[in-house]
This record gives sequence, structure tokens and C-alpha cells, in this order.
Amino acid sequence: MIRDHFRVMRVDLNTGRGEIQTLEGRDLYAGGSGLAALLFSKFARPDKPWDDPGQPLIFAIGPLTGLFPLMSKTVCAFKSPYHDQFAESHGGGRSALALRFVDLDALVITGKARTLSCLSIGSRHMEVKDVHFMRGFDIHATGKLFRRMFPGAGHRSILRIGPAGEALSAMAGIIVDTYRHFGRLGAGAVMGAKNLKGIAIQGDGSFPLPEGKDYPKLFQDVYSLLTGTEMMHKYHNLGTAENVIVMNELKALPFRNLQRTSDPSAVEISGEKFAEKTLLRNAACAGCPVGCIHLGFVREKFMEPNQYLYRQVSYDHEPIFAVGCMLAVTDPFAALDIMEEADKVGLDVMSAGVALAWATEASEKGLVSKAETIVPLRFGDAAAYQQAMWHLARGENEFYRLLASGTLRAAERFGGKDFACVLGQEMAGYATGEVFFVSQALGLRHSHLDSGGYSFDQKHTDKDAVKAVEFLITDEASRCFLTAMVSCLFARGIYSEARLADCLKAVGYTRLAENVLTVSRRIQSERWRLRLETGYEPERVVIPRRFSEVVTWKGPIDGQYLSALKTEYSRRIRSLAIEAAQAGGADAKTRKMGKEE
Amino acid sequence: MKILTAPRMERCIGCHSCSLACARQVNKNLSWNTAGIRIASSGGLSTGFEARTCLACYPAPCAAACPTGAYSQRKGGGVVVRKKLCIRCGECARACPVDAVYLAPDGEPFVCIHCGRCVPFCPHDCLEHKEIGGEAAAAEAGGGGES
Repeated sequence: MIRDHFRVMRVDLNTGRGEIQTLEGRDLYAGGSGLAALLFSKFARPDKPWDDPGQPLIFAIGPLTGLFPLMSKTVCAFKSPYHDQFAESHGGGRSALALRFVDLDALVITGKARTLSCLSIGSRHMEVKDVHFMRGFDIHATGKLFRRMFPGAGHRSILRIGPAGEALSAMAGIIVDTYRHFGRLGAGAVMGAKNLKGIAIQGDGSFPLPEGKDYPKLFQDVYSLLTGTEMMHKYHNLGTAENVIVMNELKALPFRNLQRTSDPSAVEISGEKFAEKTLLRNAACAGCPVGCIHLGFVREKFMEPNQYLYRQVSYDHEPIFAVGCMLAVTDPFAALDIMEEADKVGLDVMSAGVALAWATEASEKGLVSKAETIVPLRFGDAAAYQQAMWHLARGENEFYRLLASGTLRAAERFGGKDFACVLGQEMAGYATGEVFFVSQALGLRHSHLDSGGYSFDQKHTDKDAVKAVEFLITDEASRCFLTAMVSCLFARGIYSEARLADCLKAVGYTRLAENVLTVSRRIQSERWRLRLETGYEPERVVIPRRFSEVVTWKGPIDGQYLSALKTEYSRRIRSLAIEAAQAGGADAKTRKMGKEE
Repeated sequence: MKILTAPRMERCIGCHSCSLACARQVNKNLSWNTAGIRIASSGGLSTGFEARTCLACYPAPCAAACPTGAYSQRKGGGVVVRKKLCIRCGECARACPVDAVYLAPDGEPFVCIHCGRCVPFCPHDCLEHKEIGGEAAAAEAGGGGES
């Protein structure tokens, strides 16, 4: 388990066969994001489209996965149907520990199964099975059947797609263990294109731990920090939903398709209100004692008299923003109903909510009609949005097919580009200002978690583009190392570079521990090299006019500053990519080590 | 004599910290299997979790089933296992009515030793290491009974 190389299983769905590969590069690329980039450079074809059967779908964990608390995430890498370029998405649940206990650093899936199939792996088994009978199943029905087919409750992770993934929607996510997601940039469609309905990972292995006292002592120290201090209180208490009120008070909460940045009704869908009215319980990713997963309930009267069913729905700040604030749905139960529909059909709720917010404003402006939207869309009409999720997932007509491929694509055809809330992909729930807008619009994952741009906006009033971009680049590098380990980014306050080095040393990764900064930078630049190699041109990213019309607590957005940030960030991205290209790229670099089998 | 109990499992968030702590501290493993307490979802995550752990039977059917004397009755309930005497036959696991004995692929059995070292790692206070009373104590005192 602790080794100076990577142990990777490659599954070829064309043949249904697997192969264990040993790869060099542990000290160069660590694992997680670094390993995913290495594997992408080895297996992907930059010149072929995302749905070419040969393209890889990669799941990678890190050297600290399972060994320390909150080292509980998996990195998924693929060529995205959203932009046909290199992409990463991160998810938790039990996926990371399950892969660890299968004794794999990564799983790489290539090829396309002849019929709709599933993959089951464990430390002592691997099989590809036909599941054609599951076509069209939602993610709950799929999960139930998988649980029956593959025993191992508690130590098994089930990754699956819904109808959106099967329909190759660029907004389709992979749902992990019911409540977590590889949500963004269309990983679900990559599974769909491979005819892969689900993956069951049975974590049935065990490993001896390092001898000596260093590891148990350090584990105890980290565990005490996580559970015995206030450092993780926010995530355990209200969860990320706490941000709703904070952002609203800052005038940084996107409302009604970002027509506003605050609204009095935010209190109705605040984290406090969700907890008070809907919270059933918390849950956790395996290996994390924090338990940030908040499960709300909705109940539905499906028959008279008094016949009810209930559902549990996970909520966070982002889904509340996407289907609450953006759609002006200000009843927590109604918002949960929409989240539940998005989950069921296997759509990324953030992208879908923001896309439907644009479709609603386009309807108001007469750019689209019921002929396109099938169901009339009006801000606040939760029932209509529930139906629209199904139309979007299935790509019911040309309008929904275009919308599912990206809001800007639909806007190009129907008009309304100015108010498409797209920053590289559909925006995240922060309208903090220029630095965040540029960081999401240009960032590698187009995620608010690529770097802390939203935080920089809140802490700085000066408008120094060079300084701001330097922060984005430095912060991204340090997050690259965290996502190489693979830590949950909520633990970034605890896992400083020095502590990560201690953790690595305590379990025997001495060389990695001594080179944290170099390895971070190598991973960061290699990821950018891959993104550019697959066609990315940061200079061509468009930030729609709506973002320039925003007024935050700092006042109106400064168009010149926005533009300066974009130019500077593009320049730095290119220079990082060149740095990696000059070093030869990950695959070539590790091949040179000459030990690859 | 103290035993491990899991009286508040409705609070469990499924983090597996208890299993990992047992494997780490008692068995020096990274594992959620080779542990005296294992967490399973009871029919999917939406239905909550259950703890698979020794209920401190007195007399313990696993001890009665062990053909080589590796398992012996622990005072206060549960068993003491001497691995050196174990022939990896798996009879203990088959005899356990609540699936509390995990057999590793090589047949090595893992069962709770009631040391309570997992308890501090539960963030929601689901577990308790407590002095026994009731049936087990009565049994120990010669009153028989099953748990």
C-alpha cells in the first residue's frame, strides 16, 4: 500500500478485461491530481473527441488516503463533453477508502462496453457485467439494484449515472454513494459514452501500518485538531449552507439569474432555516469524523387519504444557491424537491440550476417560449423546475439538448448571451467580485475551489491585478498538493504544507515530504499543459456582461480591473503550461525513469 | 469488567473512525475489516448504520465452537483469543449469531477485545465502554443466561 510507485488497474471495456500496471513517478506526481494528470498524459488522445472509446476515465487517490482523517476524496479526470478538454472533478463518499482497500492508487477505464454494463472490482476480483435492463433507471433505483448484486454493505462504494449520463449530457454527473458527486464538467456523460452504468468498488483489503510511534502520534494530533477544536465547526454545524446569509449580507449572493446580489428572502433558505425545518441528520465520507453531509427531508402526499412517502436529500450552499436563490425558490422544501429531481436524473445540480435560471430570464424576455421549454418557466415555480430537470436530463428537444451542452451554447442559438451566468462553466454561488469571476472563468476546473479568489475579493480593496493573480497562482499550487494527497479541501486550514510533509514522512514518503513545493508546482503546471494541449485558450474565455453589471458591497464591478485580471491570469497560465512542456510532460518524464512495466 | 457497547447507533454518520481506530491501535493495520467493530449501512446510506461488534455473550458460542482452545470465555462476557492456538478453521465466525467475527482472506479471525480504545474516536458518542451488569454479571456469578 505504501510504495514508491503507483499501482493502477486499467480496465478495457472493449474486452471486459483488466490489467494491473506498475508506474513510476510517485516522487514526481505524488497521487490524486498529480497521478490523474500523469495517467491522462499516458492514456488520453488530445486530438480525439471526448467520447472516443479510447479516452480514459480516471479515478485516483493519494499517498495519504485513509491514513489520516479527511484524506477522503477521489480525483476523477477525463476529457470533458462540456469543452472537449482535460478536466478534473472531485468526489468523496466511500470512493477513496474503497479504492485504497482494493489496493489501487488509480483505476483507469478505457473502451466502450457492447451493452450497458457495470464494473465490479475488489482486492481479489474484477468483472464487467451486462446491465442492459437498467437503461433509463434513476440513480436511486440503480443504487438499490447494485446493492443487491454486489454485497458488502458499509465497505463498498457505488458510483453510478442516471438518465442524463446515458443521454451524454455535458451536465451529467457521477453520483457516489447516493449523496456525493463527481458533479461538474460532464463526467457522467463519459461513463454514458462508455456504456458504463455504474462501478462497484468493494474495499476488502487490509494492510500493515508503519512500525514505530511517529505515525500513531501524528494521527492522534491531527484527529484532536479536527475534532477537539473549533476549526471544523462550520462544516459540522450548519455546513456550507452557512454561507447563504454571509454572502447575502455581503451583497455577493447571486439571485434570480444574478439580477440581484442580495434579497430579503435569503433568510428563508438560509443554512439556519434548512437546519431548523428540514435537517434530518448528518453523514460523513468514510475516514472523516466531521460529517459535513447534511441530509434534509421532503415528504410527498402521493395518494389520498394521508398516504405519504419521504425522501432524504443532501444539501449544501451550492445547490441552495443554484436552485434556491438563482431560481427564486425560497421555500426550503421546494428547493429540496428540485435538488432531489436533479440528483435522481443524474444532473449536476449547480450547472442545471444556473442553466434553468438563464432559461427563465430568456422566457421572460421572449427569447424562448413554451415550444422550447415544454413547461412554462417562471422564477419561483418549483414544480415547473422539477419537470424541467427531466427535460434537461433527457435532452427532450433541441432547446434542452443545447442547454445541456452549456448555457452559452443555447444562448448563441436563441440569444441572451449577455445574461448567461457562465464562468468557464455555469457559475458557483459567489458574486464576490472581479477576482472570483476571473478565477472561476479561467481556472482549471472552473470551480470556486481551484483557488480562493472569493476570499481574496473579501480581504482586499486595492486593484492590483499582478498581486491578485500571484495569489491565485500560489494558492492553486498549494491546493494542487492537497488534492494530490487527496485531502478534502475543507481541511486546508489543518493540512499546512509543513504538516503534510510530517504526515508523508511518518508513513515513509520521505522524498515527497522533502519536495512539497516542487511537486506542487510540477502538478500545477502539468495540469495546465494538458488543458492547453487539449485546446484551451484562456484569452478567449468570455465573461458575459451580466457579471459587469453586478453590484457588491464594494460597489459596481470595475470592468477595467476585470480585464486586467483576465489578461494577467491568461499570461500566467500559459507560462505554467510552457514550464511543463519544456520539462517534457508527465508521461515522457516518467517513461524516462525506465522502470515502467 | 468493562465491555464495549453501541447504544446510540442512530447518531452514527458512517465515518468508520471506530473501525479504523481499532485496526490501527489494536491490530496495527490500515483496515475497516480487521477490526473488532465494523460499520455497515443497513440497506443503503438512507437507512442509517449498524455496528457489527461482539455483544459480549456469556457463555460465548464462538468459544464453545473453537476446536483448539484459541477462544476462551472472557470474564464479563466476550472472549479472549490466543492467535497462536488458532488453526484458521473459521468455526468461531460461523458460530457467532451476529456476524461479529471477521475472517481475513487467510482465515485469521478478528473480534472485539472490549478494550474501549475505539470509543474516543466516535465523533457522535455512539459507543460506550461500560461496566457490565444484568445478565452477563449474573451469569458470571453462576446464574447462567444468554445474551
